[in-house]
Amino acid sequence: MPTYTSSELMTINSARLLRDGDSVFVGVGLPNLACNLARRTHAPNLLMIYEAGVIGARPARLPLSIGDPTLVTGAASVCSMYDIFTLYLQRGNVDVGFLGGAQIDRYGNINATVIGSYDHPSVRLPGSGGSQEIAAWANRCYIMTPHQKRRFPEKVDFITSAGFLDGKGGRTAACVRGGGPQAVVTDLGILSPNETGELVLTALHPGATLEQAIANTGWQLKIAEPLRLTEPPSAEELRILRTELDPAGIYLHR
Amino acid sequence: MSKLVSLNEAISRNVRDGDCLYCAGFTHLIPFAAGHEIIRQGRRDLTLARATPDLLYDQMVAAGCARKIIFSYMGNPGVGSLRILRSEVESGRLEWEEYSHFSMISRLQAGAAGLPFIPMNQTGATDLERANPNFRRVVDPYSGCEVIVVPPLKPDVGIVHVQRADSSGNAQIWGIIGEQKEVAFASERVILTAEEIVDEEVIRSDPNRTLIPGFIVDAVVHVPYCAHPSYTQGYYDRDNAFYLEWDKISAAGPEAVKAYLDEWVYGVKDREEYRQKLGPQVLSRLQVKPRLAAPVNYGEY
Repeated sequence: MPTYTSSELMTINSARLLRDGDSVFVGVGLPNLACNLARRTHAPNLLMIYEAGVIGARPARLPLSIGDPTLVTGAASVCSMYDIFTLYLQRGNVDVGFLGGAQIDRYGNINATVIGSYDHPSVRLPGSGGSQEIAAWANRCYIMTPHQKRRFPEKVDFITSAGFLDGKGGRTAACVRGGGPQAVVTDLGILSPNETGELVLTALHPGATLEQAIANTGWQLKIAEPLRLTEPPSAEELRILRTELDPAGIYLHR
Repeated sequence: MSKLVSLNEAISRNVRDGDCLYCAGFTHLIPFAAGHEIIRQGRRDLTLARATPDLLYDQMVAAGCARKIIFSYMGNPGVGSLRILRSEVESGRLEWEEYSHFSMISRLQAGAAGLPFIPMNQTGATDLERANPNFRRVVDPYSGCEVIVVPPLKPDVGIVHVQRADSSGNAQIWGIIGEQKEVAFASERVILTAEEIVDEEVIRSDPNRTLIPGFIVDAVVHVPYCAHPSYTQGYYDRDNAFYLEWDKISAAGPEAVKAYLDEWVYGVKDREEYRQKLGPQVLSRLQVKPRLAAPVNYGEY
């Protein structure tokens, strides 16, 4: 069996969640790798949309920034930021959004703004960028993050992007169109919302244990029945990631 | 009418202490040369607005130009945090006003369109709305649902860098067009910097590519390599190595930042001297091979 890093494991499992024909709001880093991997494997008709206003991007090299010029050359269309957030996201033309953040809570709410109080922050983070609207308006959202207790508190310090707020009815009450977080892919397994909107463990990666997942989650983690075991990364998935997408190991940390 | 002036003159005439300034460009076409000229001219108490402050505002804050920052993503794109801004905000030394990208850009759109406010659908994430009183709610008179509204942003000065413009300021941009057009229309005074100044006939050969009409522009400046370490599509690449380097410089503390400013901002007369100082190795690393678009036929009528 091939060996792989946590980043490779999360990227490959996220790529598998994408469906052929999806329009995806892509972020830089691992989400970018996951989308390009999906497009080279099971989802050749994936439409990649970048927050910088690029539609149908075919990046020839690994973009370091969200506005890399390689996203533009050969793309299907380029538009303004106002257009990307209105015509594409707010209008409901985005199937999938990828999100990240310093903290993710029991109901999938994300904090990318501040640790401590807002007015007197102990750690000031970069803030929303596009994530507040992606989380609200994409049909499905996926989150990729290492499984660590400090990243999974019971309640986030600040809701930058809405998950299910206080429970499944929270989004409807706020008139939010998108379906919310559908999966949190970690290096131990996958969390998905149950019928109340609470994130529960639905899958473990090969070699990871229930005890590890429970110990690294800040709330009493519920376990889905039956608990699934993810397929290990295939040699082909690893080959594409390592030789075609991130040969220098910038994001995969090899 | 020619509005061509030097960058020094454009800044000294149009940027005043206490102004609200918006340097346009989402990763692309960030007018670094103009920001550096503002630092050299010693402007103070500026309100610096940008969706992504980027290294430029980190440097301007380090140089003491700013009183306040208005932003929606305060990170070094693809690298990490903007260390100077972050520590100024954490310590409370710098005033800040925060948005999401969409609400920030909506403010500019309202400013550009002459609207009193602009609506957005709710997102469910209400913490920012509580932290910033500029977010309000109104009831949609048609559906009865609440929508979020923000007021227009009308900067005193907007600075926009473009690939090419004629001497009266008709300007063409391609690649990522971010919020350039909105900044130009929203701002009271507009400074345009361009990689190339071309004949009016070149602009008129492709009018669909003109995002900014000359009559809203106050000053036109020819500044090749203006955007470095950001980039200009088709002219030179983004200097990703410098974005990583700035992370090290700003992590090393105020002395290292001062040394950088002394050498690369105060120590050069203008952008041409800066470009030459970068040297042939950097310039050739950032060179891009041409890839031309198919020509379009407007027709003779």
